[in-house]
Amino acid sequence: MPYLFNTPEQQQEMLQAIGVDSVEALFATIPSELRLNRQLNIPPALTEMELQTHVSNLAEKNVGPSSRVCMLGGGAYDHFIPAAVDEIARRGEFYTAYTPYQAEASQGSLQTFFEFQSLICRLTGMDVSNASLYEGGTCVSEAAFMAMRVTKRHNRIVLLGSMHPEYRQVVESYLNHLNCEVIVVPSVNGCVDPADVDKAMNDQTACLVIQHPNFFGTLEEAEQLTEIAHKYGALSVVSYDPISLGLLNRPGDYGADIAIAEGQSLGTPLQFGGPYLGLFSCSKKFVRRMPGRLIGQTVDRNGKSCFVLNLQAREQHIRRDKATSNICSNQGLIAIRATVYLSLLGKQGIREVAELSCRKAHYAAEQLSQIEGISLLFNDRPFFKEFVLSCSEGPDYLLRKARQAGFDLGPELSRFEFQTDSETYQTGVLVAITEQRTREEIDRLVMALKA
Amino acid sequence: MRNQLATELLFALSQPGRRGALFPDSDVPEKPLNELIPQSALAAKPTDLPEVTEPDVIRHFVNLSTLNMCVDTHFYPLGSCTMKYNPKRHERLAGLPGIVDLHPYQNPSDLQGMLELLYGMQEMLAEISGLPAVSLQPAAGAQGEFTALLTAKAYFESRGEKRTKVLFPNSAHGTNPASAALAGFDCVQLESSEEGLIDLDDLKSHLDDQTAVFMVTNPNTLGLFEKDIKQIAQMVHDAGGLVYIDGANMNAILGYTRPGDFGGDMMHFNVHKTFTGPHGAGGPGAGPIAVRDFLADFLPGPVIKRTETDSTENQFVLEDPPKSIGRIRTFYGNIGILVRGYCYLRTLGAEGLKAVSENAVLNANYLKVILKDVLPVPNGDLCMHEFVASASKIKSENGITAMDIAKRLLDFGFHAPTVYFPLVVTEAIMVEPTETESKETLDAFAETIRKILKEDPEFLREAPHSTDISRPDEVIAARNPILQCCEPQ
Repeated sequence: MPYLFNTPEQQQEMLQAIGVDSVEALFATIPSELRLNRQLNIPPALTEMELQTHVSNLAEKNVGPSSRVCMLGGGAYDHFIPAAVDEIARRGEFYTAYTPYQAEASQGSLQTFFEFQSLICRLTGMDVSNASLYEGGTCVSEAAFMAMRVTKRHNRIVLLGSMHPEYRQVVESYLNHLNCEVIVVPSVNGCVDPADVDKAMNDQTACLVIQHPNFFGTLEEAEQLTEIAHKYGALSVVSYDPISLGLLNRPGDYGADIAIAEGQSLGTPLQFGGPYLGLFSCSKKFVRRMPGRLIGQTVDRNGKSCFVLNLQAREQHIRRDKATSNICSNQGLIAIRATVYLSLLGKQGIREVAELSCRKAHYAAEQLSQIEGISLLFNDRPFFKEFVLSCSEGPDYLLRKARQAGFDLGPELSRFEFQTDSETYQTGVLVAITEQRTREEIDRLVMALKA
Repeated sequence: MRNQLATELLFALSQPGRRGALFPDSDVPEKPLNELIPQSALAAKPTDLPEVTEPDVIRHFVNLSTLNMCVDTHFYPLGSCTMKYNPKRHERLAGLPGIVDLHPYQNPSDLQGMLELLYGMQEMLAEISGLPAVSLQPAAGAQGEFTALLTAKAYFESRGEKRTKVLFPNSAHGTNPASAALAGFDCVQLESSEEGLIDLDDLKSHLDDQTAVFMVTNPNTLGLFEKDIKQIAQMVHDAGGLVYIDGANMNAILGYTRPGDFGGDMMHFNVHKTFTGPHGAGGPGAGPIAVRDFLADFLPGPVIKRTETDSTENQFVLEDPPKSIGRIRTFYGNIGILVRGYCYLRTLGAEGLKAVSENAVLNANYLKVILKDVLPVPNGDLCMHEFVASASKIKSENGITAMDIAKRLLDFGFHAPTVYFPLVVTEAIMVEPTETESKETLDAFAETIRKILKEDPEFLREAPHSTDISRPDEVIAARNPILQCCEPQ
């Protein structure tokens, strides 16, 4: 049996010390009528060699970006991951450690998370960051709950209809049953009209949630929308693309109160949608109402600088039903990946990745929209690295043709429900271009679609 | 020895112009950026990240990593956390192309192997729990609890019932009440009996037509099996409520008994605990839930279904249950962790799983017995996979606290047990050795505790003495929180 130690002789010694005559007897407190009197019906045990063959066979039934060109987007992106990220994340000292409750035995994790928090603050221009939440969608729900606590307005939030539809669905699952109205301002032609947002807001609204760049890749008027939120005494919650901040204004610069993101782009592989990384930062004045773990700097009994889990009185293990969130396990190892990734990129690297993605995406959009029957669905809107194509032959035709040539585009907008313009939106297909795509690949796709 | 220079804060290592990653020049026609993005949306100045080289980064984080204790280096008997060995084969297999590089929005026909694996995971979890319908989506145990509570709420609403209360014992994990509150329920905390089990009278007095869910960890956080669980479940069901099993302690009962067989209607697994996730310095976890058939239609979407079609169509599909509570996260779950859990279950098989629980329970009982003269365990004769001892006698005799013992253990190369939880035991020391430890390790651990208890209490109060830091000041930390190293610019 793998991973077990005690020999039959040792087991006997141990049973003797305990004073029972069989292992079975240790389970005496489980009433016999509750016992499973048969073996579990699960597949038979495999040796490491057999397991490797089995999992490799399953993996071979999948076709991933390693063998195709990935232009898929919609909240998960094929950015480059430097080898050093994997190297650090594979350190047993990190990945086989627990949550750093025992500070003396966890300074490695604690300092790394403190640096993670610092890097996220620098990236976003916000005052404080927590040590991670689950992923981009639940960040929106956590931000909404926090906004309700801060504003004491518990019955109404406003979202932009250009937000990732899955984020919206998550928020609705979290809030709809709570007598909290979730107002969605429909997007028009790929982004939201600030005048429509102004009409939707009122002085009972806890927050306005803005995704910028939005689900369609389009830029929103984030600064103006933040001002509108503030006019009604609501918090401005901005969901950003962390890579975009190599180029775009930081949420902290235009007054966002809470900045959240899906952090997968920062050095985490696609791995079919998770584990990813929820980034959550906010203004200092709200720190005691934040969800999630926070690492703080302090001194030890000898006056030496060190790090601890801080402000734990907000958390479930202390505050129980009055906690700021139910979150316990977070995404520690993925936060470590992001820390290493941002350290490697540095000031220049993050700008280069952002700029390369942006430039290549614009080249791709320009070239693809010149193909007969293909156009940009939201023609006149500025975008960052992602855009929506519309095909006169329909989205399936476009996806199929690209697929045949070895390219994955998408997701198609018809997967989701949008509250407006749905007929137009039904024809759209998202295309995301990262720094990894080359002009040669883009030209090859154009050729294939022309044929 | 700590490398002081390399472990300075990353920001202190920065030198203008240093690079840790280089990218190719743009290969598309150059245009001024403000023709692509409106000037007003562009940042006025570059993001001020530190500038370091790749060797800087490696030396910094490798050195930092050595300041951690972890399962790969030390015995880590942290009660309630199941710090078992994390098999290395999982890391290799979860990193295979065709697993690690799949985009969540790929065409399902390119994902059949992944969906087959996840379907297999659903099936195995259903069998192990005795509950037929599984959702793999929750990111961790706490989200599993929350998801199951929403599922229960939707179920009651479909029957025209509006039940408002969630009950749990005072030994419950903090996530239980926190999840119940988040799901909009009123929380009712029950007292424990003198044996450290559910107090049936107290339970009875709180059960009524407003009771939605009774949440219980079984074995409980004292490491005791709730022997009356069948009767407890019957009482809750008679009141029209549902029973939720917090699966944090599944490592004790694999193949011996199943939550579905002892009256549970819903449960979560902690894949990062029981099925050796790993823990990743705090996450990511995976908290899939399993529920009874009458709750299946309410589970969050999508779930993975096997279709009975001819070979030209996809055999495995993603599908939303008909009355689904909706999405509770983006995409499909913490797949990377579920893949590792799948590898673990396929490695062990039925006999192996049962052996896991047998050895976990054997190790815990052995350690408990060889320590009981110095660290008495107030509740229970036999324990399951963990036990909760109390240092209150030692404390009253010579002032040595549970915290002192925990901290001093670090000096001897043992990670500390969980202390001061559960709250129902004073000076609690919660020890969970897990099955992946040897008798020699347990003997050495017990010997060390005996040695510590003979040491000068003053000396212990200042322990640990050999770690890089000792007894950080949490009061100062909380009074004036320093949560990042650079003031906002």
